[in-house]
Amino acid sequence: MLWIGFLIVLVGFFSYAFFVLFPATRDFPWVNLALFCAGGILLIVGLARAFGRPQVYRGKIFGPILAVMSLLVFAFFGYGAFYLVRQMPASTGAPRVGEKAPEFTLPDQNGKPVALTDLLSSSHGAVLIFYRGHW
Amino acid sequence: MVAISVDPPEISKRHCQKMGFTYPFLSDPKTEVVRRYDLLHPGAGPGGADISRPAEFLIDPTGTIRWVNLTENAAVRARPEQVLKAFDDASGQAAR
Repeated sequence: MLWIGFLIVLVGFFSYAFFVLFPATRDFPWVNLALFCAGGILLIVGLARAFGRPQVYRGKIFGPILAVMSLLVFAFFGYGAFYLVRQMPASTGAPRVGEKAPEFTLPDQNGKPVALTDLLSSSHGAVLIFYRGHW
Repeated sequence: MVAISVDPPEISKRHCQKMGFTYPFLSDPKTEVVRRYDLLHPGAGPGGADISRPAEFLIDPTGTIRWVNLTENAAVRARPEQVLKAFDDASGQAAR
């Protein structure tokens, strides 16, 4: 029970790399939180058994260790998934609706220079997607 | 659609090939355009590199910005339906 709970907590942590690929589970990591909850419940039940009926269940030593490790994993997850992701610069100087988009010319993935005016001249407009990086 | 980041062209090319993206991925390693749009996120990249914060802009053919999405959460990005609605709204206003 204790080890299964701990394993589910680890799955909850490492599976974020998979669930982050889908908007429904990236916008709010509800699947990961559900896994942490499930793992936590099993750990609590396992600890209750280990301390309540030590003559039947083992885990008075490794149970608390696994529980503390699980709490640390959950805290680290929470720090990344709820705090770090919200540390965004204010960008108060970003161009606003109604303003002209600042001009630019940058190389594309083939090294060919691409200017904003070129993008706009041959289309119905453009969507610029600024992103953090390929990682 | 155009994507912009500090990744060099060769990295973006591998990324596009891996993910199957076919639209332009522009490279701004010195963050010149990122700063021009005030989207710099200092030290937030791997190894403390300066990168761009996530943002999307819809620009009409005259070069005027019609829609901006400055997410407050790096994990929450504009959904395709949001961008399409912004495009429809902008087109509707232009028709009027």
